Amino acid sequence: MGPGLSWDLTYDVQLMFSYPFMVNAFRAGTIVAVIAATIGWFMVLRRQSFAGHTLAVIGFPGAAAATWLGLATGYGYFGFCIAGALVIAALPQHTGRTAPAEQSAVIGTVQAFALALGYLFVSLYKGFLSGMTNLLFGTIVGVTNTQVLALLLSAAACLAVLIAIGRPLLFASIDPDLARARGIPVRGLGALFLVLLGVAAAGTSQVTGSLLVFALLVAPAATAHKLTTRPAVGIALSIAFGLLATWIGETLAFSTVYPIGFWVTTVSFAGYLAASLWRVVTDRAGPSPRITAPATAPAGARP
Amino acid sequence: MRLQSLAIATPDPITALGHMLALPFIVHALVAGTAIAIVSGLVGYFVVLRGQVFAGDALGHVAYTGAFAALAVGLDLRIGMFAATIGAGLILGLLGGRSIADDVTIGTVFSWVLGLGVFFLAYYTTHDSTSNGAANVNVLFGSLFGISTPAMWTAVAVAAVLVIAILTIARPLLFASIDSAVAAAAGVPVRALGALFLALVGATAAEASQIVGALLLFGLLAAPAAAARRLTPDPWRALWLAALLATASVWAGIAISYAAPTLPVSFTIMTAAAALYAGSFLRRASTTADNVAVRASVM
Repeated sequence: MGPGLSWDLTYDVQLMFSYPFMVNAFRAGTIVAVIAATIGWFMVLRRQSFAGHTLAVIGFPGAAAATWLGLATGYGYFGFCIAGALVIAALPQHTGRTAPAEQSAVIGTVQAFALALGYLFVSLYKGFLSGMTNLLFGTIVGVTNTQVLALLLSAAACLAVLIAIGRPLLFASIDPDLARARGIPVRGLGALFLVLLGVAAAGTSQVTGSLLVFALLVAPAATAHKLTTRPAVGIALSIAFGLLATWIGETLAFSTVYPIGFWVTTVSFAGYLAASLWRVVTDRAGPSPRITAPATAPAGARP
Repeated sequence: MRLQSLAIATPDPITALGHMLALPFIVHALVAGTAIAIVSGLVGYFVVLRGQVFAGDALGHVAYTGAFAALAVGLDLRIGMFAATIGAGLILGLLGGRSIADDVTIGTVFSWVLGLGVFFLAYYTTHDSTSNGAANVNVLFGSLFGISTPAMWTAVAVAAVLVIAILTIARPLLFASIDSAVAAAAGVPVRALGALFLALVGATAAEASQIVGALLLFGLLAAPAAAARRLTPDPWRALWLAALLATASVWAGIAISYAAPTLPVSFTIMTAAAALYAGSFLRRASTTADNVAVRASVM
């Protein structure tokens, strides 16, 4: 993309930030890394990572339709992802009654249909086929000031809501039955969380592309969950890993011909792999007290 | 050419069909599409029955990466696709017996695999001056209307081999899928069969990505098969019905895309398959209503 690295880090960073598009890419990446890592931490805890992936995939036809209609892609991402989250939240909850085979077939069909619909909009908007790769696999060029502002506002709103519902959400995620007995509106919290997840997925898609959101939405959070069960430390670690993956990914995407989608997934995956290996090694060395009681540490609300 | 044929197609349906079938690219699409749809339906039935739709999704990612790895080193993309998907299917099948991996691990691994595909795509497009710009779209979303005569016969031959393979293992596979513990006790090699099956899913994924693309193939595996399972409780009937519905989706998709050339054929195929699946939900409601009606008439 840009000139190669010169091994003089200060010079390289100065050079990189002399390009206005890189400044915006870093602003967008930083905002997205923080919100994706925070929402992602709760998502991994709630085992909803495929819901996050599905929401991101639903964002692709949204962004493609927006481009076709001449709107900014952000409208499409946020509109479709939030609408998708509301639909998923409104669906009857499947708890054991529907066979998992049927459920995964429904999810698979919805995802494939969403991608097909996105391809339709891309074909309708002729001459956009190269832009499709950017929608699917991310890009560092072309982030506008308005887009950065929209990402910042949506992330701030998301964080504010999350701070307001954080404690009951944590409780409801760890032990829904007990939480329900204590009068916590578990279903309502779940629906609200899906909307937050929709916003986070829409934001993440604008950096990594619709198909590679796992790199920022899941991997940093999963890495943190491997290392600690304490919520505050876990969320902080998750944010740190997310920022690291984004910054390294964007720097390498700037200085090589390979796109951000490759770099950011590779860095995230390497981190997750290292944490998994560390986990295996420490578990071999002797059972640590933390893993024997995984649910006790976060439950400040427990009796 | 396709726009002209639309103008000719307006008078009456039979003549229109004649005009459509006179076009070589339509005939190639129908022959290859039918062969591939039959395999997708048969294999898809077991994929849904065994709850392995996400393995189909993962193998689609592998197909993409395999295709561009092959192009990056100068091979035919189909070689890379088949090698990568069959290999990944075998590995998944051999690991799957121990269920060591959770959804987070699987998702992270396959997202990285797709990221690697993007790396090969960039390598291929920057290092190969003869690179074909449409390759990315063709691999992601298929190129059913661009199948040449040799490619058509290859697709049919591969499909025939896969149909024979899946029918050969169908009976023990059905047994192992419905009750693996009893099947294992009865001497069925459950684990080896599972690995062999995922290798077949891999080959089917590589085959199906030629018509609907690496991103949509798991929809073609899942939707007709899941619809068939809703329509009949009998496993053998459901197996053949899945192949029939997949074929119907492909034919309907080709016809609609021919009549309305602005709609890409992989979109119309996927829409037909999704519509059939959505329709099967109505069917079950009507069956119960019928039962109520039958019961009411008896009493």
